[in-house]
Amino acid sequence: MEHAVQEITFHHEPGGKEVVSKIIRTTVILSVITIIELGMGLGMYALPMAEGLKLFLKGVIVILSLAKAFYIVGVFMHLGEEVKNLIMTIVVPLLLFVWFIAAFLYEGNSWKNLRNTYNPKQAVSAPAAPHAAGEQH
Amino acid sequence: MATAQAHTETKWWSGGKSPFNVEYGKLMMWYFLMSDAFTFGAFLISYGTIRFSQNYWPDPNEVFNAFPLAGHANLPLAFVSLMTFILIVSSVTMVLAVHAGHNMDKKGVIKWMIWTVIGGIAFLACQAWEWTHLITGDHAVMINGQIENIGTTVTMNPWGPAANVAAHDGHHVGTPGPVAFGGYFFGITGFHGFHVASGVGINIVMLIMAINGTFERKGHYWMIEKAGLYWHFVDLVWVFVFLCFYLI
Repeated sequence: MEHAVQEITFHHEPGGKEVVSKIIRTTVILSVITIIELGMGLGMYALPMAEGLKLFLKGVIVILSLAKAFYIVGVFMHLGEEVKNLIMTIVVPLLLFVWFIAAFLYEGNSWKNLRNTYNPKQAVSAPAAPHAAGEQH
Repeated sequence: MATAQAHTETKWWSGGKSPFNVEYGKLMMWYFLMSDAFTFGAFLISYGTIRFSQNYWPDPNEVFNAFPLAGHANLPLAFVSLMTFILIVSSVTMVLAVHAGHNMDKKGVIKWMIWTVIGGIAFLACQAWEWTHLITGDHAVMINGQIENIGTTVTMNPWGPAANVAAHDGHHVGTPGPVAFGGYFFGITGFHGFHVASGVGINIVMLIMAINGTFERKGHYWMIEKAGLYWHFVDLVWVFVFLCFYLI
């Protein structure tokens, strides 16, 4: 045990030009990814393409968005520079989203199929008051 | 795994110092943001569930194709791209303000905080225009055998599949789309806009404190860092709102 009592907290080494150039590089990466995403979004609208290809492009856009999130959190929010255990307490709980997304989208799809099978007349109209779990703050 | 390792270079906490080597307020800001991520995630997943449960969902390229002062020009996604870039740029100016704070550069902090506040206000102004355009922009829709002009609100959605008729003046006539579209759009972009608005408020307070020299007297600019975390989070959420509502 070293000298106790005083809390030792994080100090960013001031850093000069290389920090700014890292920020600029990240800005360029974020902008380029956004432009690629927009190009794909517009491509899906302007060009005739098969549903399968559209779905593939949407998947690519999702992955590109996750890359943007990684850069924003890692570089702009400096999470990459924190202690590893701190990073883990933030990132590990977010893994719940994997189940969360898969389960609920599956549920929505199943709802559609059931309605189309058993109540085809109402199939187009939306439910009046959709409720989903976890909306409380 | 946590065997007796050497004291040096170990990442495991051994007492006597802050385990995460981070200031309390910043740690709590991280946990707040994590919980806020779950709130936004719940909203977006709920939207996804409803969208997956529908046989038809409006194409964002058709709904969001207007630009201020461009009249009826068909410019899909142009305006929301502008909003996205405004938010990215304001995030960059924020990180530059944090960087200036690390260097105890008061003038730099003030300069970049001013730009960040301007970016936030510009984004809110864009969102106000977009909402107004959606709510007041009428579209001819066939309802119960009659053609009515409705805008996009939480109870009305003109963006359904095309009707088999044309209006007298040859305009496109649609059918009502899923009602949930407006509710989710206004609900989630509104909740995000509320975050932007409170972020602008926080940033203005930080700006005033920086101008008054509060941080200089304290000897550090940690408050700017914490406000910065919040502001980047707002940008981060927009990445996913943009993804879910406009791109796919």
